[in-house]
Order: sequence, then C-alpha cells, then structure tokens
Amino acid sequence: MTATEQHGAPAAFGPMRRKEDARFVRGRGSYVDDIVLPGMLHGAVLRSPHAHARITSIDTAAAEAHPKVKAVITGQTLAGLNLAWMPTLSNDTQAVLATDKVRFQGQEVAFVVAEDRYSARDALELIEVDYEALPAVVDARRALDADAPVIRDDVDGRTDNHIFDWETGAAARTEEVFRDAEVTVAEDILYPRVHPAPLETCGAVADFDKVTGKLTVWETTQAPHAHRTLYAIVAGLPEHKIRVISPDIGGGFGGKVGIYPGYVCAVVGSIVTGKPVKWVEDRSENLMSTAFARDFHMRGEVAASRDGRIRAVRVSVLADHGAFNGTAQPTKYPAGFFGVFTGSYDLEAADCKVTGVYTNKAPGGVAYACSFRITEAVYLVERMVDVLAYRLGMDPAELRMRNLLRPDQFPYSSQTGWVYDSGDYQRQLALAMELAGYQELRAEQRERRERGELMGIGVSFFTEAVGAGPRKHMDILGLGMADGADLQMHPTGKAVLRISVQTQGQGHETTFAQIVANELGIPADDVEVVHGDTDSTPFGLGTYGSRSTPVSGAATAVVARKVRERARIVASAMLEVSPDDLEWDGARWFVRGDPDQGKTIPEIAFAAHSSLELPDGVEGHLDAQTVYNPPSLTYPSGAYICVVEVDPGTGGVKLRRLVAVDDCGVRINPMIVEGQVHGGLADGVGMALMQVIAFDSDGNCLGGSFMDYLLPTAMECPSWELGETVTPSPHHPIGAKGVGESATVGSPPAVVNAVIDALRPYGVRHADMPLTPAQIWRTIQGRPFRTDLAIT
Amino acid sequence: MRVTMTVNGETMTADNVWEGESLLFVLRERLALPGSKNACEQGECGSCTVLLDDVPVCACLVAAGQAAGRQVLTVEGLRALAGQEQLHPVQQAFIDAGAVQCGFCTPGLIVQAYHLLRHSRGVPADPDIREALAGNLCRCTGYEKILDAVRLAAGRPGDAV
Ligand code: FES
Ligand code: FES
Repeated sequence: MTATEQHGAPAAFGPMRRKEDARFVRGRGSYVDDIVLPGMLHGAVLRSPHAHARITSIDTAAAEAHPKVKAVITGQTLAGLNLAWMPTLSNDTQAVLATDKVRFQGQEVAFVVAEDRYSARDALELIEVDYEALPAVVDARRALDADAPVIRDDVDGRTDNHIFDWETGAAARTEEVFRDAEVTVAEDILYPRVHPAPLETCGAVADFDKVTGKLTVWETTQAPHAHRTLYAIVAGLPEHKIRVISPDIGGGFGGKVGIYPGYVCAVVGSIVTGKPVKWVEDRSENLMSTAFARDFHMRGEVAASRDGRIRAVRVSVLADHGAFNGTAQPTKYPAGFFGVFTGSYDLEAADCKVTGVYTNKAPGGVAYACSFRITEAVYLVERMVDVLAYRLGMDPAELRMRNLLRPDQFPYSSQTGWVYDSGDYQRQLALAMELAGYQELRAEQRERRERGELMGIGVSFFTEAVGAGPRKHMDILGLGMADGADLQMHPTGKAVLRISVQTQGQGHETTFAQIVANELGIPADDVEVVHGDTDSTPFGLGTYGSRSTPVSGAATAVVARKVRERARIVASAMLEVSPDDLEWDGARWFVRGDPDQGKTIPEIAFAAHSSLELPDGVEGHLDAQTVYNPPSLTYPSGAYICVVEVDPGTGGVKLRRLVAVDDCGVRINPMIVEGQVHGGLADGVGMALMQVIAFDSDGNCLGGSFMDYLLPTAMECPSWELGETVTPSPHHPIGAKGVGESATVGSPPAVVNAVIDALRPYGVRHADMPLTPAQIWRTIQGRPFRTDLAIT
Repeated sequence: MRVTMTVNGETMTADNVWEGESLLFVLRERLALPGSKNACEQGECGSCTVLLDDVPVCACLVAAGQAAGRQVLTVEGLRALAGQEQLHPVQQAFIDAGAVQCGFCTPGLIVQAYHLLRHSRGVPADPDIREALAGNLCRCTGYEKILDAVRLAAGRPGDAV
C-alpha cells in the first residue's frame, strides 16, 4: 500500500521496469564467482581459531606437497614483498596475513592456491600453526582497564587499546541547560554489533599479466576506483596498469567498501603463480571476518521542560572498533556522521563524546546501510525521546510533534553544525499517524491492556545526512568525495553514460538512464549506463552512505545539461539563428516564437557528426564530462510507526504493522525507491529482533553462520505500508535526496519503541536489541541481559 | 566418478566428479550453469534452490551423485519451458513487480515460486506464499515485491505455469 502525493515529476521519472532484470531473472547475472578464466586457480584462506594468540611457528611443508597445490603464502612471504600489512579506510593498518599475533577469531593466517576449490580447502588442514594463546579483550567496557592486554603491540609505543577521542557540540552550554532543566532522563543504550551479510559473500579474481604488467581484478567492491588507487599505493603497482572490475554485486550494504586480505592474497597469488586466481569466502568467513557494523555502547541524556519541550541532548559513546580500525568514514569524522544525534528537533544545546577502542574482534565499523553511523545516532535519540515520554507520561507521537523542526526553520543549523537542507516534518509525522490510524490503535491498545494483552505502538522520526562530500570537508584516505560522469552521444542520438558509482542492487542502470532521458528528452532505453570498470568509467568514490543519487545522480544531470547546451549551439547552426533565440521544451531546442522550427537531440547529434559547419564552442560531437563536488549533504527524513504484539508466555514478538512515510525529495523511479525502503524495513526488523554478532568470554564469535546469525525471512516481515512526502533538496540539480539507507536507519527505533511500549505494564523503560524471546522474557523478569556477550 | 542427469530437459554428463562434490558445484563449475547461486553452502539461504524430480532442494546440500539419473530444473531451464528466448511468466512477473534488486537471491526464488505456482490453484493465500518462500533469504527487497510477483504470475490469464 502506498500513499503518494502529486509533485509534478518529470515525464522520464516514474516506475520504469529495471533494465538489469532481464539478465537476473534468467540466471545470467555475472557475479565475481561466475567469472571463469582459462587456467584459473583457486585460493583459500587459513584463519585463526583464537581471538588473541602469538604465532610461534607456521609449517607449510605438507600443504606445499599436496599434488594440487600451486602455492602457499604466509605473512612471512608477504613481509618479503612489504605487503604483510595494509592501510585501512581509517588510516590504521591491518594485517593481510598475520605475522606476529592473531588478533581476532577468523583472522587471516595463510593463503593456499590450488587447482580447484576443494583441494585448496583440503590443503588448509595440512598447515601446522603453533599458537600461544593470550587473554582476549572481549568486553569493550574493559578495553581501557589498566590490566587489559594490549592488542596492537605491533604499533611502536602503544601501551593501551585506546584509538581516539572525538567530541562535538558544546559541553559547557549543555551542562548549563541540564543544570537548569525541570526534567532530565538518562539511559544506557547498546547498538550491538551486527553484520551486513549481503547474500553474496566477498571474493575476487585476480589476473596478473606478466607480459604487459597489467593487473586485472574482478572484485566484490562498492568502490572500484578507490580500490585501484589503494592497490597502486599499497603494492607500488602503476595505477594505469591496474584495472578493477566490479561486475554484478550481490548486495553490499557497506560490507564491500573496504579492501579485505583475501583480495590482496588473490592478487599476490596471481603474481606468484602467473595464473588467474579466484578467491571467494564462504558464509562463515564472511560473518566472522569481514566488516561488522555498529557496536556502539551509548549513554544518552535528555534535558526537558515538564511540558515536554526537549532542550538538550548529551551522549557519551564507547565505540568498539575491533582489532584494526577499519571504519569507513570521511577522515575528519572518526565517529562518522554521529553528530546528527540531535535528531529532528530544535535544541538549545547538545554535546557528544566518543571514545574508540580496540578489542579482539573482527575489524570494520562500516556503513551497513547506516549512512556513516547515522543509524546509531537516530536510534539513540529516538530511544531517548521515548524514555522521556515514559518519564513525562506523554504520548510519544505528541512529544515528537511538539519538538520537530518547523518548515520555516530550514535551512536549519543544528547544535552540532549540520545544515539540514529541507523538510516538512510535522506533515510527515501527521501523514504516518493518519495512515496508521494512530488514535484508533491507542484505543485498541487500552482495551487490550485491560484484557492483559501486550500490544505496543512505536514511533520514530529520523533525519539523515547523506551524499558525502563536499570534498573540501570529506575524503577517504585523502581522496576527496566527489564523482565523475561522462556522457557520450552517438550520431543516432543513443547515449552512453559512464559513472563512477557501482550498483549492488540499487538499479543504477535504470535510474541514471532516466535522469539522462529526462534532461535530453530521449527514451531511457536509449541510454546505456556503464559502471563498475575502472578502465571505462571516470574516477569517483563509489556507492555507499546513500551517496549515489545525491552525488553521482547530480553529476549525471549536470553532464546531461552540458550536452544539452552543446546541442543548443549546434541547433543554432542547423536553424540559422543565434543560440540565444532557442528555447528548450523538454525534448527539442526550438526557435522562440516559431515552435515549428526545432530540433531534437538525436537530430542535433547526427548534425554534430555531419558536414554541417559547426560554430565555435563545438568540436564535432556533443559529448561532455563532469565531476560533481556536492555543495552539501542532502537530508532525507522519515516518520515510522510500528505495531507489535508480545506473547507474555514466550517473549515472542509478532510484528503486526510497519508504516513508513519517507521524504527523499524528488523520486526518480518510485518503484525502485519503494524497494529500497522495503529492504531497509526488513533489515531494521532484523536488527531490532534477531540479528546480533555476540562473543563468548574467550572471544569466540557466536554469530558465524545463518543458523546463529538470524536474518528475517518472508515469515517475519509484515506487508509494509508506505507513504511519502516530497520536499526537494534545494541544492541538488533534480531535487533528489539519497534513500538507500533511510529505512534501515528509521525502523530499528520504531520496532524497539513498539516492543518496549508493549512491555509497559511491567514498568519496562528500556532493553537492548535484539529483542529476542529470551531477552524479552528476561526483561519481563526485570533482568535484561547484555546482548553483545554470551548469555549468562 | 561420472554423473549423468537430465538438466533442464537435456541429458548432461560430468566426468571426474569427486564423491564429496555438491550438485551446486557440478551445475556451476562443470555444466556451465552458474545461474544457481552459492550464498551459504549450509542449506540456510535458498539461493541454490533447484528442482530435483520436481521437489525444491538446496543444491548445495545434495551430493552430485544423488542427482544421477534424475531430473534437475534450474533457473536457466525456465525459459526453455516457456519457449526459446521468451521469459517464463514467473520471470516476467519478477521484472514487472520490481522484485529484483541485486539479483543474487532471484534464481532460487524464481525456482521456488515456480514450484509453488505449479502446485497451487489460482492465487495462493498470503501465508502460503510466505511459508513457501520462507527458506529463501533476500537481503534487499524486504520480500514485499517478491510476494507481489508471485501473486502477479498466479493471477495472469493464460499463465503457462
Ligand atoms: S547456498 Fe544452498 S542454501 Fe545457501
Ligand atoms: S535481491 Fe538482493 S538478495 Fe534478494
């Protein structure tokens, strides 16, 4: 069900069927694991069974003697090539293959290259590694204890597990507001470690051509250009001799932004053997060793007036970054965009401190559809608003309504320096309440409570900040966050658009063709979108943090407008008038005052390649290039309402309804937008109720398979109910905002708030995710547990 | 060992198959049918779903030898069912409903949906569709449009299922 509103979307925008699906429904997608090259060998990674241990010896002789093994690579081999360590996305270092110690369970220790996948796996068992086990740092809250073992003793002079302190807002001013506030509330809130778990695991096929010196790598990457540059820097290979190809990608969700040791090993394996080498991790490797997300231990405080005016928010965060700081975020933002924790409310003051620590867990801290930690920020503030509502005895929707920013306050500068571009929050929340039948639901709840039944209604309202850069403020490893677009017009008016971002399911081949079609008045089917191959696309930072439409979509509109302007000059020669006398009607340049005299883009494109005498400013084609450096972020928002029922006997949650009203500005392809929202809602339900990567006291990962790491299926998901409002971004060329992560950001607090609301008869104010039956049962008993550790 | 089976209506033979090899491995690596996907190899995701004598199975959990002499249908075979180069109504419905995002779950889901519709009359009830698809994980779509696709395919007149 969808409630929409009229917003005069241009003709080329609409629910066009996706161009990419013709191959997917036939089973003809081409993913990394589908790449087969002549003579290709297969790699497998030996991983550490320990969370923390010193390696005393590695014996590879038996593995090397295996008849089908072609090479065994260890940290020692890599050290000889100066490749044993590589930089992470946060300017830390990470072991490619461990040399001195292993620092998390599942860490890469050796790499075997063999004739087939089964033999490579078998040979792993033949490698003898002697470990001297060390005590592990598992509980992030103990990582800074004086007696905590030092994890990163590879770094000179390091004597503790502290990574960074980061602060935003105004501490003194916030303290003043708190001192003078009528009401204050505080709560410890954990956003536990989760894993993005895209359905396709990570992998690479590396092919080093010794004759030409060219390295081609097919990879599961969301950022092919950034990877190429990093390979050049890390391996000392010339960048023009590296080609990174990101073929069809089976979901990313942030997990495919960084470079994993397996990719580097495949490259080294190919260089060593002279053959192409494929490495694809299995599901357990994926869950245990590739980038996790969240793991934020937060304490939130809110200062308010007795009548429900939210005055200040204060947060302190302990961020568990695992054994290597591999968090993906712009350099100046060690806690990502957590600074938007002030939410969608007009505050007097705000303050936040974040401390990052190392633990003996897998590195990462990536997006997972979180827009650089906005998921954590939104969860914190939306949970805290409910804690305040509980304390004040106020309806949580009413409390939000009273505090939401008003339309006349945009552009709005938050207390932490973020400039929200546009929004109409009250209307959005009102629409969600209307779609949900909020008042009727509350009436039903009252009745059912009287009958002893547990029904809960949860509300959340979020604002996201997506579409990084500008490059002046945002870079990853020194690479400014901007994206290129090249548009080539063939003589017959067909177009080829080359972009730097990489779809992992978002439908770029369709959406971006629609943007060009809209600007040039040609059918979207006449626009081919090329992406994912560094040899045939312009440089740019890739797809994550919902940045494709805000950045690359803008680049596409801008480059198409450049083509249109060139077309105007050519049209002026064709029609023998001055370019100033021409007007654009959406499909043609025509002579002002004489609309019969006009030329379409295909006509003009042909003329540009013909014998026509071309005026100054056009060399012989309409092609154009651009790089889009966003002036600012875009700020999509959402109002979500969730309805649940809880079984007091089992602690089981039945998700009855989830209403989501998103505002992502102008929608290019509503069908694709809805799909993005649906996926995020399911994801949020998973995180709220099922998904967690916990560890036992020895640092063993307890979420290493789909039997342990539970993901929502069609059984757990209700039929989603969507609505929309449209407030275009004022600074985006087509008024669009990113939407890829909105629902993942907004749904966890809605679901958790609903469950906690259901538990109100027990006086429950908070319990940490995931709200599994065990956690709910224990919460009802007054003993909620820490979900990041083994249940005790 | 040598394994011969009928895949998508064609007799196919794979040589030098090791006893431990899965049907999924043989399909993908030896018979050039990479449509079925490997997303867990633990029987937990359904990306590798194929029909074995008209029963949906996780091809990653079936030893290749178990398929010897039997009928296997993969996503690549659906098209042939509908006539060369045409899409099967289930495939067309996935496109029309917007049920595909990254596409990695799609082959398994299409086979599963095909099986459901072959064995239902009319449009299956919502709980029945959910139950039938419960073994197929999708990380992108939140399932809604996949359910739409199943209903669409079931409700289309002249449905070739
Ligand atoms: S790959 Fe067979 S069930 Fe997951
Ligand atoms: S479309 Fe990506 S997993 Fe289903």
